[in-house]
Amino acid sequence: MSLITTLGRLEAVRAGHAQPAATVRHRRLSDRPLVLVPLTTAGETGAPLGALVGTDRAAPRLLAVPQPRDRDLRFAFLAELADVVLPYIDGYAESVEAAERTETDPETGKRVKVEVELCAEAPQLIVPSRAGIDLVRLLGRSMRFRRTAEQDPEAPHPAPPRVPLLGRWLTHFGERARVPGSSLLTALSELLARHWTTGQSGLEDQHLGALLAWIDPPEGVPGAEAALRAELARDADGQLLCPPAGPATDPAFDNRLLAPAVERYDRARTALAAAEDGLEADDRLGALTAAEREIRALVESRTRPTWDAVWHGIDLLRTLPEGAHVEERWTRDRWSFTGHRDRVLAGEPPQPRRDDAVTAANKLAAREREQARLDAQEALDDPLVMAGRRLAGEAFAGEVTDVVLAYTEGRRPSPRPLVTVRTDDRPHLGERARVHRSLDGRPQSAEFAGYAPDEGAGDGEGALVVLRIMDKMGRGREPEAGSVPEKGDRVCFTLFEHEQRGGAKLPDAERTPWTHGGPPGGSDAPEPADPVTEEDVL
Amino acid sequence: MTAHARETVPDPGAAAARATEAILHDTLHGTHRGVVVDSPPGAGKSTLVVRAALELAEAGRPLMVVAQTNAQVDDLVLRLAEKNPELPVGRLHSSDTDAYDKALDELPQVRTSAKAGDLAGLGVVLSTAAKWAHVKTDEPWRHAIVDEAYQMRSDALLAVAGLFERALFVGDPGQLDPFSIVGGEQWAGLSYDPSASAVTTLLAHNPQLPQHRLPVSWRLPASAAPLVSDAFYPYTRFRSGTDHGDRRLVFAVPSDGSGPDRVVDEAAVSGWGLLELPARHTPRTDPEAVRAVAAVVGRLLERGGAATSERSPDPVPLTADRIAVGTAHRDQAAAVRAALAERGVRDVTVDTANRLQGREFDVTVVLHPLSGRPDATAFHLETGRLCVLASRHRHACIVVCRAGVGDLLDDHPSTEPVQLGVTVKFPDGWEANHAVLAHLREHRVSWAP
Repeated sequence: MSLITTLGRLEAVRAGHAQPAATVRHRRLSDRPLVLVPLTTAGETGAPLGALVGTDRAAPRLLAVPQPRDRDLRFAFLAELADVVLPYIDGYAESVEAAERTETDPETGKRVKVEVELCAEAPQLIVPSRAGIDLVRLLGRSMRFRRTAEQDPEAPHPAPPRVPLLGRWLTHFGERARVPGSSLLTALSELLARHWTTGQSGLEDQHLGALLAWIDPPEGVPGAEAALRAELARDADGQLLCPPAGPATDPAFDNRLLAPAVERYDRARTALAAAEDGLEADDRLGALTAAEREIRALVESRTRPTWDAVWHGIDLLRTLPEGAHVEERWTRDRWSFTGHRDRVLAGEPPQPRRDDAVTAANKLAAREREQARLDAQEALDDPLVMAGRRLAGEAFAGEVTDVVLAYTEGRRPSPRPLVTVRTDDRPHLGERARVHRSLDGRPQSAEFAGYAPDEGAGDGEGALVVLRIMDKMGRGREPEAGSVPEKGDRVCFTLFEHEQRGGAKLPDAERTPWTHGGPPGGSDAPEPADPVTEEDVL
Repeated sequence: MTAHARETVPDPGAAAARATEAILHDTLHGTHRGVVVDSPPGAGKSTLVVRAALELAEAGRPLMVVAQTNAQVDDLVLRLAEKNPELPVGRLHSSDTDAYDKALDELPQVRTSAKAGDLAGLGVVLSTAAKWAHVKTDEPWRHAIVDEAYQMRSDALLAVAGLFERALFVGDPGQLDPFSIVGGEQWAGLSYDPSASAVTTLLAHNPQLPQHRLPVSWRLPASAAPLVSDAFYPYTRFRSGTDHGDRRLVFAVPSDGSGPDRVVDEAAVSGWGLLELPARHTPRTDPEAVRAVAAVVGRLLERGGAATSERSPDPVPLTADRIAVGTAHRDQAAAVRAALAERGVRDVTVDTANRLQGREFDVTVVLHPLSGRPDATAFHLETGRLCVLASRHRHACIVVCRAGVGDLLDDHPSTEPVQLGVTVKFPDGWEANHAVLAHLREHRVSWAP
């Protein structure tokens, strides 16, 4: 935990409510996000119990699985989910703008510009918590290799049409969510925790109710008390007043409400199957429908508070203006979305179960680059984030007290002005360390030349840092106007770079070297779905 | 009796020479595409790399050398040039300013360039893994030497492995593992996990490769080798190349009875010292502990230390450049530097474990990674971190620490999730920390500043 986070938490405790951790919003919030509040059943990994899903906060679509262990009912749930999610995604796939991309020409091997389509907007999925993202990934994994009756008439348990496609999309969203700074699929609790610092631990921040209680406590109630109530308060029946954001449910709910309801549903279904005539069947069908309705009501009762909390959180986030670099990162999300749209349209097979060596290395390199870029951009966009970096000795701000023009030696001397900055920060400047500042959005670098003797300063805190400006001063002997700070200017230099260099190109997968097992073998046949086990057909 | 003992325990020089011969034989004449050499701290890894490079060059095999940092590459170039001034050597460097050590410009046989094409035809070309990754070639090098291979990430090896046909991989498995700034859990357990070490991936795909081990540490004194070997290399033990009494550290100025002086004396006699401050939870840059570190360093210099070793019969003065301070975090290092500057101490190396890897000093002063902490995270428990900090010295190592780390360890057993397919590393940091702490307790000086 960084020093500024620790300070923020202490201040939050003292103030009784969360403190801002950012002055701008560092992630894109779509105008029309698709919110998904899923629930799972205890005892089986990723078995859906139900969900609230939709783009209209007033009218979510309720999906429920009355018997979560029944594979047919689960498929019906997934098919219904596909009916909501896929049209939403398709809505963004059609509106495109022209863009350019550099590609390697397969014949000449040269890098050439190609005219391509870029989707004008991208969909955004919001789930309440990190565990929700994991579930999205898991659902994607469980669906994308399924075969529909149309694809494979022999498949023993054919999936409803469009379910494998939903699996591919959810997989893509889940994978993209691993890229730092991306917004295609985000967890609301993480968004909130990024922008506010509460007076509780990071672990407790994962409880959406408690987190919101700190950020926006009810009138007159301290955050700590409201958070405790959100976590623990139960009604007369022993049920949590603020149900967990899921996907896991509270055991008290499972045992006292859900299990008996599912049992009633099972009995009604068995009774219906045993009905001997039409009249009896009608009666029993009514009983079955009632049992199902009861479970739907239970699911809604546990998801609706979370649904409202998610929208409340979105409202809070929308009060913050968007950070300057967010648009740029969102554009990469749009590229990612467009790329996957194109792969689906081109009839490519679903994402493989495991990345090959080259893909894995490329993904890791891309994510490291994005993480470094995100860290730099957030600091540049937001003085509060920069304050954290300054406190950590990774940046410093101050006033220019002196500028001396100096030049490189050689036939064509270039300017290397020496700029003295008085700062109260304590940056970890090593000998000849490189520092950077933003000059109209472009990074200008300087070299740490030493500390100037500080005359007359009695407070002992400040220091005079002498920097040698190295670039972005034009080609002439004299630096261009405005390219060198002037006496009296406020400047902020960072020890970290503002832009990330691209890494080296890795070999193609077919040229994986012997140290990494050689080229991945295997055929072009699509990967088979997971074999059906006994546990799958209880 | 003596004869028998000599038979079972050959002298360290002979044991090391035998290991080196076997490694060079496999490298030059073996049939496998790779040879892996595990080298404990100070076991002559660089000497081995230089010797193998010279022999491969002599055999007329074009050789590329991959190291991890520019400092390591420059160091190897200088060593090669020293051993064989006739050998033409290429130093491939990046196009940044100060990309390489300017001392190389004075060597006529060393050609430097930012383009691999300019160095074609030279017997040996050296560069960092990051720079090699940008090199394209149609004709791979016949041979490569990969230095510090355990600190190289698997994805870095993937980027360069197409450049060579066969390779010698040398490294220290006990030091810090490579790390990534983003999570790589999704690939954990895959043989080619890109965030794993290069050697892990290499051996997962090529388990038949010959693996050697250098058995003798020439750096660590007889007082340190058994502890470091037991705590960090319990299954691949090594020993010290020198014996008790071969090295001595004495001070001209007698102790003033203070904590720092007492711990300096303890370390001079036994090779280890623990300066224990009263238990307390502190911020990372614990001002008292930082001042205590600075005080120990200050006294080491003020008391006129002299080190006697097998290198020279006469005592060599213990100067600032022979002392290092090791910390876990960069802000701690910065705080220690500031405290030393206040005392007027210059030229003492102060750095984090990551940056002290591969370096050697006469005396090291270590700010214990767990000192003053309320918790023990995986970062602070990492085996390699403590191993690096406890194995940089030729004479003595002094640890500064708040009391209560033993209890802290007991309160925080390792809780990292077990990943399928990932070989569990033994010993884990928890175990190694306890082993080191138990040993240090015998050399404890309690002090309330």
